[in-house]
Amino acid sequence: MPRMTMIEAIRDAHGVKMAEDDNVVVFGEDVGYFGGVFRCTAGLQERFGKSRCFDAPINESGIVGTAIGMAAFGLRPVVEMQFADYVYPAYDQIVSEAARLRYRSAGDFTCPLVVRMPTGGGIFGGQTHSQSPEALFTHVSGLKTVVPSNPYDAKGLLIAAIEDNDPVIFLEPKRLYNGPFDGDHDKPVTPWSKHPLGEVPDGRYIVPLGKGAIRREGAALTVLAYGTMVHVAEAAAEMVGIDAEIVDLRTLMPLDLDLIEASVKKTGRCLVVHEATLTSGFGAELVAVVADACFYHLEAPIVRVAGWDTPYPHAQEWDYFPGQARIGGAMKRVMEG
Amino acid sequence: MGSGLSLHVPEPEVRPGGAPDFSGVKIARAGTVRRPPVDVDPSEIRDLAFSIIRVLNRNGEAVGEWAGTLTDEETLAGLKTMMRVRAFDRRMLMAQRQGKTSFYMQCLGEEAIACAFRKALEPGDMNFPTYRQQGLLIADDYPLVDMMCQIYSNRRDPLKGRQLPIMYSSKSHGFFSISGNLATQFVQGVGWAMASAIKGGKDIAAAWIGDGSTAESDFHAGMVFASTYKAPVVLNIVNNQWAISTFQGIAKGGSGTFAARGLGFGIPSLRVDGNDYLAVHAAAKWAVERARRNLGPTLIEWVTYRAAAHSTSDDPSAYRPKEETDAWPLGDPVKRLKNHLILRGAWSEERHVQAEAEIDAEILAAQKEAESHGTLHTGPKPSVRDMFEGVYEEMPPHLRRQRQEAGV
Ligand SMILES: Cc1ncc(C[n+]2csc(CCOP(=O)(O)OP(=O)(O)O)c2C)c(N)n1
Ligand SMILES: [Mg+2]
Repeated sequence: MPRMTMIEAIRDAHGVKMAEDDNVVVFGEDVGYFGGVFRCTAGLQERFGKSRCFDAPINESGIVGTAIGMAAFGLRPVVEMQFADYVYPAYDQIVSEAARLRYRSAGDFTCPLVVRMPTGGGIFGGQTHSQSPEALFTHVSGLKTVVPSNPYDAKGLLIAAIEDNDPVIFLEPKRLYNGPFDGDHDKPVTPWSKHPLGEVPDGRYIVPLGKGAIRREGAALTVLAYGTMVHVAEAAAEMVGIDAEIVDLRTLMPLDLDLIEASVKKTGRCLVVHEATLTSGFGAELVAVVADACFYHLEAPIVRVAGWDTPYPHAQEWDYFPGQARIGGAMKRVMEG
Repeated sequence: MGSGLSLHVPEPEVRPGGAPDFSGVKIARAGTVRRPPVDVDPSEIRDLAFSIIRVLNRNGEAVGEWAGTLTDEETLAGLKTMMRVRAFDRRMLMAQRQGKTSFYMQCLGEEAIACAFRKALEPGDMNFPTYRQQGLLIADDYPLVDMMCQIYSNRRDPLKGRQLPIMYSSKSHGFFSISGNLATQFVQGVGWAMASAIKGGKDIAAAWIGDGSTAESDFHAGMVFASTYKAPVVLNIVNNQWAISTFQGIAKGGSGTFAARGLGFGIPSLRVDGNDYLAVHAAAKWAVERARRNLGPTLIEWVTYRAAAHSTSDDPSAYRPKEETDAWPLGDPVKRLKNHLILRGAWSEERHVQAEAEIDAEILAAQKEAESHGTLHTGPKPSVRDMFEGVYEEMPPHLRRQRQEAGV
């Protein structure tokens, strides 16, 4: 089976869908001729022509706004925000328009749109190349929000997102583009070619939206994570020697409630981890869901590990990033609690 | 599909492998564009948005109505400032390559714009720059060591390690805090200028933006507010032909020139040779005087070329011919000003070489001092405590708890 990085897997998903469906169009800043600053769309313009894959003016609101118009027309646009940190000018188009079009027109118009964006830190990108804004999207009714943690899922989820008839926010943890980063920043990067989930089948397959996956089975406690934190949590569990069950949520909205409930009921303990800032982060939603569904099965308070409530710093990157030490420490607390 | 519709996607004249072609870039001869009075009716100078104001001709002479705003001594100081900016960029680029910091951005080829513009401003005026106007700081004698400490994110970084390298901030040097989010500063600069007008002061603002970023809605918001309130602001577009891999035609569309964007707003709009230090100074002075005399905003398109990569994360050979830099018809700002001063008898090749060596030594000394305070990965660092400070004026309880949890 071909081995791919997450970048190659994303590129491949575009290619598969563009070949299959000529309603799929791809655009964004530096996306056309150059193929994107992270190269996720490289080769698509050459293969499918300039009217299927093209460079956009630097205007995120314009990119999403025109994509909504195209989607309503009947195309399936896949647009790229160069970084998640630059999506805010498009927020009105996403929240007030894309998310509500189906509802407010009683299905007269729909919006099959995918907005992709590199997210998260760990690359010394400072406060404008490191943010994790997923909670700004999960809070909005009408949007689906996806965060893959590996090449296999990235391809399958992106194909599912393109085929979905509702708008999907597709957050790509950039620190995972070239390898499964486990938070140990002094170690050389492990390439995806050495990881089983770097094996990516040719052609079309989907990973359904709304379904999580168990990355590591365990009996002692459940860790709810997504994106980069899946790998950091796995390494943390090894480090502290706790038999943690690691749930990779993959899709935050709609959330795989059954999987979460089953796992927490089994272990009786729950740790929630994300890179985004703590307060009003998606973790708060997860804690509420678990408290609701599993309260009488819990043997300890639910704990959250998240980014500190500050803008993402530059020099202090590794003091900010929720690494193995913080996650491992929290696992111990949940076990003692 | 025969007569059906088709999508128009602009393309640059050449791509890698092709021969550079700037025949489409029409360049007026130096000295031929008139200099109107600053209180001219904007409708009478619409043509200036399509021409190009130039002072230095091919022989190095300063010619025409825009010439004569600087003495030879001031011009020589300007040359040295540009040389300093260039040497600073070269050193910091090397430092990034050596792993001493994470990121760097040069302004190679564009030095004249920020350096000469700064000299047209007064203390108290405020710039709202992009990441490519380091010349504004250096021309205002901001300490090079402080700039480097910011780049190194070390213990003496004035921004406490919080910002990406080159995202400087200095209120006292008229330099607004740089944002990574393009174009946001453009409309803020208009607001600063409106504030000065509300308070009946004399200070003005200068807003800056790149060609690519003029596509952002904030550019257009800035234009409408400046137009409506006749804000005392100079609106600067640095057209260096590229926005990362995207050529200027994607942002410009069918408007002819970037300067022409101002016409629909009734804003006097100039197009200026950005590689001509003397033209930059003269045009800046004109626009600054308009603003200060409460005559309102001026839009200026500075025509230049981004001679280097976009940043240390970029390799332009993937999207434009390598030879394009040398083929750029407006030449190099340092060479052109040097030739002018030599022609005037105020400078010589020998003195130039000597000045280069002196400036290199000055930059190297500053670098040594900066590195004694640490670099990104080695030596003294800003404290982790600092990471929690300054989010609010006073630290709220939840953050105090988080800081405790972090153990700092
Ligand atoms: C809102 C926003 N969108 C996208 C980016 C990513 N980005 C950084 S620089 C750049 C190109 C800007 O080009 P231009 O305005 O021409 O300025 P130049 O770099 O040429 O000086 C892009 C797209 C960003 N920083 N902010
Ligand atoms: Mg540019």
